[in-house]
Amino acid sequence: MSIENQAAPTTPAGRTGDGAPANLTHGAGASVTMPPRGPEPQPRGAIIRGNHPIDQQEAARRFMAAPQHLAMHDQRLWDLRQKRDKQKDTIEEWEDLRQLASDIKTHTLTHLDTYLEQFERNAKANGVIVHWAKDADEHNRIAVDILKSKNAKRLIKSKSMLTEECGFREYAGDQGIDVVETDLGERIQQLDDEAPSHVVVPAVHKLRTDVAEVFARTLGSDPNDSDVSYLTEQQREHTRPLILTADAGMTGCNFAVAETGSVVVCTNEGNADLSANTTGLHIVSMGIEKIIPNLNSLAVFVRMLSRSALGSPITQYTSHFRGPRRGAEMHIIIVDNGRTDRLGLEKFWTSLKCIRCGACMNTCPVFRRSGGLSYGATYAGPIGLIIDPTFNRHKYSTLPFSSTMNGSCTNVCPVKINIHEQIADWRQVLAENHEIPAFKKSMMKAAGALLASPRLYRASLPMADSALRHIPRFMLYNRMNTWTRGREMPSVPKETFHQWFKRTRGKDGKKKS
Amino acid sequence: MSSTDSRAAIFAAIRANRPNVQPPQPDVPLFDTKAPTDLVAAFSDMLGKMGGSVLDPQGQYPINALRAAVANKGIIATAVPELHGDPSLQIRQVLPDMDPHSLANVEIGVVRAAFGVAETGSVCLTDTELQVNTLGYLPQHLIVLLDPARIVPNLHHAYRQPEFHEHNYAVFQTGPSATADIEGVLIHGAQGVRSLRVLFCAPQAG
Repeated sequence: MSIENQAAPTTPAGRTGDGAPANLTHGAGASVTMPPRGPEPQPRGAIIRGNHPIDQQEAARRFMAAPQHLAMHDQRLWDLRQKRDKQKDTIEEWEDLRQLASDIKTHTLTHLDTYLEQFERNAKANGVIVHWAKDADEHNRIAVDILKSKNAKRLIKSKSMLTEECGFREYAGDQGIDVVETDLGERIQQLDDEAPSHVVVPAVHKLRTDVAEVFARTLGSDPNDSDVSYLTEQQREHTRPLILTADAGMTGCNFAVAETGSVVVCTNEGNADLSANTTGLHIVSMGIEKIIPNLNSLAVFVRMLSRSALGSPITQYTSHFRGPRRGAEMHIIIVDNGRTDRLGLEKFWTSLKCIRCGACMNTCPVFRRSGGLSYGATYAGPIGLIIDPTFNRHKYSTLPFSSTMNGSCTNVCPVKINIHEQIADWRQVLAENHEIPAFKKSMMKAAGALLASPRLYRASLPMADSALRHIPRFMLYNRMNTWTRGREMPSVPKETFHQWFKRTRGKDGKKKS
Repeated sequence: MSSTDSRAAIFAAIRANRPNVQPPQPDVPLFDTKAPTDLVAAFSDMLGKMGGSVLDPQGQYPINALRAAVANKGIIATAVPELHGDPSLQIRQVLPDMDPHSLANVEIGVVRAAFGVAETGSVCLTDTELQVNTLGYLPQHLIVLLDPARIVPNLHHAYRQPEFHEHNYAVFQTGPSATADIEGVLIHGAQGVRSLRVLFCAPQAG
């Protein structure tokens, strides 16, 4: 092969068959072949009725009634979980890194004032303008004021869960600012007027045929062409002129390094770098909990973030913004929006350690089968169950019950948040605050009494098992028993564990020969 | 509320709600006892897995390989002294005061990395090397020159390099721009460059 040929990866004209070679599994690429699916009407998310508690089960039922979407979503996310496991297995010190990450976060969150002061001091010294916002409204107001002061009409931005949390896009839109999301998944969701369904892969609940429909409607692409290369290229071609004519750029912040005053942003598309570097104004939205002490700590988190999220060794771009470019301005808006309240919740403050990798979502059997939009909240999945009620205890009171308590979320969490234990604790808090329905409460009270007494519990088991074998199906599979909706009851063992143990091991616990 | 009032309110709330533990800051080891001895090979292997490739000079002098790689490929933007701009403006010299948008029609950008990371196949580019930061993103393709002597074993070593204290912008680029936001199908060139190739060569003396 001549140098000329080797050195000429052709610019794909919008169609490259299967995209990148199948042996490459970096980025968010699937490691398995996903069979062709769809078209099938896309199930939509939870129905929001003011401040009424979200009916996640209702939305989940509709998701499960769309077999093509369900199968793709489940396969896709489980593949990300398996890719994560493969990466973890290549790092001998993985568990050490998890412990370090957790310890660094504990240390930082308990010295938050010191590190925020240090960060602010260094960022200012680097020429950054620092703003503080107590809540979402103030964040939105500050950002729009900066934009208006520069007469900025179009803002290009990369994905940021904080701006989702603040409802920034809607606010800025109402103020006459054209906000353009530059992450492909986030852009799909923006064009479809839908929230992101996952913190890392925002459109993961959509089939390619859904995307073809959205792009045909909004970008004028061919509605019958759902080739993924074609769709991605359509988006690139439509977004690029918007990027080149934008007046300002906005990014989120994955990590804020106190030692240097830098913000670190991780993307696979390079869209944060485009957003920050193309215009003369870069605004960063940053939650107070993003702070870490120094660059040595940063190494721990960067090594784990993408491996946990996507099973990729690192995001394609890990960008460190320490100060403004020559002739440009850089602003950082540091936002509380409920985080200091959360810091004071004895059982729940460690949820502030979250680095938004989404590993808990990928592994969660409920999330994989119900889709992120069924939660009707900014944060879905296991981490959402323990964060959302801090924003609104009534509206999100039902969410902590959307868990099987299998604990897998806790096991994959890179910063070792005891997610499933906090889910259980939230159930207790919500029950004490009368935020759960009377029927569920009386059932739980009865179950509580039974489970609190080993003698009563053991006595009840053979009876219950025997009853399960003989009770007619209609008595188990009815409206009152939510467990059997969409599930079969497990087959009933012939004897309980205690009966088996007694029979095979006798009184001394030694195996009978 | 002004931003100053909010700042005070946030710090007051942090101090009032501080959890009742004060653990020390943990030390982060280098985790390099089993680092590969051949860092160039380890780097090249990871770069390939991350979707990038090594530009093989095939026995030629590396700079000749670079010239061949950019010959007749449309507009080239160079930020390296090894490749000069030409009078026909097919090869343009990137200068620090250029408008970031001026690189939008570039086919191939050429830049030197500050260093590489074997663990991930990443190259570190800073605002000094890029001159104009959009050089790393607006061209269709990127060729990165990397001194093979400047590859560190892992990210712990990488973050001990001085670049992160000295530059307003520094980025680890690992392969090309990629997305798999639609059904997990991996596509290169989501928003940024469609390909990234690394050419091993030491910087010019003097």
